[in-house]
Amino acid sequence: MTSPRKPRTTDGSTGPAATGRAARPTGRVRRPEGTASLKDATAIVGIGQTPFARQLPESEKALACRAVLAALADAGISPAEVDAFASYTMEETDEVEVAKAIGAGDVTFFSKAGYGGGGSCATLAHLAAAITTGQATVGVAWRSRKRGSGPRPWKNTTTQLPTPAQWTRPFGLLRPVDEIAMLTRRYMHEYGASRDHLFNVALACRNRANQNPAAIMYERPLTRDMYMTSRWISEPLCLFDNCLETDGALACVLVSAARARDCRHRPVYVHSAAQGLPAQHHGMVNYWNDDPLSGPAWTAARHLWKHADFGPEDVDVAQIYDAFTALVPLSLEGYGFCDRGEGGAFTEGGALEIGGRLPLNTAGGGLSEAYVHGFNLITEGVRQLRGASTAQVPGAATCLVTAGEGVPTSAVLLRN
Amino acid sequence: MLTPVVDDDGAPFWEYAARGELRVQACAADGCGQLRFPPRPCCPHCGSFATSWRRMSGKGRIWSYVVPHPPLLPAYAALVPYHPVVVELADAPLVRLVGNLVARAGAPLDSVPPGRVRVGARVQVVFADQGGVVVPRWVLERP
Repeated sequence: MTSPRKPRTTDGSTGPAATGRAARPTGRVRRPEGTASLKDATAIVGIGQTPFARQLPESEKALACRAVLAALADAGISPAEVDAFASYTMEETDEVEVAKAIGAGDVTFFSKAGYGGGGSCATLAHLAAAITTGQATVGVAWRSRKRGSGPRPWKNTTTQLPTPAQWTRPFGLLRPVDEIAMLTRRYMHEYGASRDHLFNVALACRNRANQNPAAIMYERPLTRDMYMTSRWISEPLCLFDNCLETDGALACVLVSAARARDCRHRPVYVHSAAQGLPAQHHGMVNYWNDDPLSGPAWTAARHLWKHADFGPEDVDVAQIYDAFTALVPLSLEGYGFCDRGEGGAFTEGGALEIGGRLPLNTAGGGLSEAYVHGFNLITEGVRQLRGASTAQVPGAATCLVTAGEGVPTSAVLLRN
Repeated sequence: MLTPVVDDDGAPFWEYAARGELRVQACAADGCGQLRFPPRPCCPHCGSFATSWRRMSGKGRIWSYVVPHPPLLPAYAALVPYHPVVVELADAPLVRLVGNLVARAGAPLDSVPPGRVRVGARVQVVFADQGGVVVPRWVLERP
């Protein structure tokens, strides 16, 4: 049998910029004296969520509180013990409102990571840093969205024009899907990636959602014919290349590794965490970068693997941000699961399905479970490592979770 | 239609466009001269705030393009199918401008049929008024 994953290199290669491959672990990282390591220092001990639907009657604030309280109940920790909050931008409910509503105690750490969907995993990184350095003891991260029934941010286009959007929006590049479709067309042109490759991504997510009763696309199968004949949204991206507009909220609870051992669930450790804003990056319209197809994933990945005890070949299951299918092959390359330009081909032969080379988005992802700015990818990563997913990867012990590619991003490696 | 909201850094671009010139911001420090886009206050290579605006030939190639379909803002929905393109400049291939492909200067955004657009096609800049701001547009060298 041929090994589906790359052997771990021992040549000390340092990353994609030099070699076209993501950095492999090269042994223990020497830390400057006096700095703390985040490696396995904290763990996720509680997760919670509301139902997902195109339209929920409650407000974003109410949904946020429900998710946070559910996560604390899951952890067996009283709201009064929460002393840290982390969220990310485009979150309308702030920590003042959540803390007050749930009955949190004195809060000594709060942070909000930038760039919408790029910030999901950064919330864990910020809480892990706060807890590891003694700034707080019980952290809550959450996301509440009413994108199904609420307004689309791109409809408020005029207010974005004084930003660099003045160089794109007037020409009719109006929505995130148009911006990513531009990258996708170039990616297909340069590397021969095809719509079938994008379909493989959509199908893997849908197949997993079909197993997940909480998913919006539960028991709603997708076929290649449905995909190929669906309407265009922005050519070359069609309806099924786009995530679901969803109402819903999720949260998770983070504590120190020492405390996690006394909680009711098996701890899911934050093994490594990273944010990524590449040199000369420019958001979703990264066309002004020298190399637009090498996005923030590459930057986050270099840091993530540098601080990890294992490499891409050791990842049992991945939750990769999938606002659009095309972000997945780009991320597979960036995080080092394959070489540059091979992300499309990587999806062939059922690679992303259960039993494949890299089971992907096992609750259905943003494409088929719910689009809650990627936070559902975090909670699904936790379920996998608890052995409690509706599409369980047998014996899963390591999971990569990524945030939005195409904007300044973040990622975490979880392990049990 | 949306119009560019001119800011301090980008104002010269639009002023030159109004005169029918495509110019890109360049560092004016001795020994640097690097181009940069979009415009910004200082040079990422040398840190200088000295700026000049270098005239481009106006020739380029289509780096990528999309065909948006509704739902879109109403003014754009009325123009479907139109083609936002990214053009890499012949004089400076790493400078890429988002724009529109049209049949001729002043023609509407939907004046080129979708089958005529391809990655790598050579294009030439033209200029057109869009809501009171003159913007660069692009025509195929071989229509």
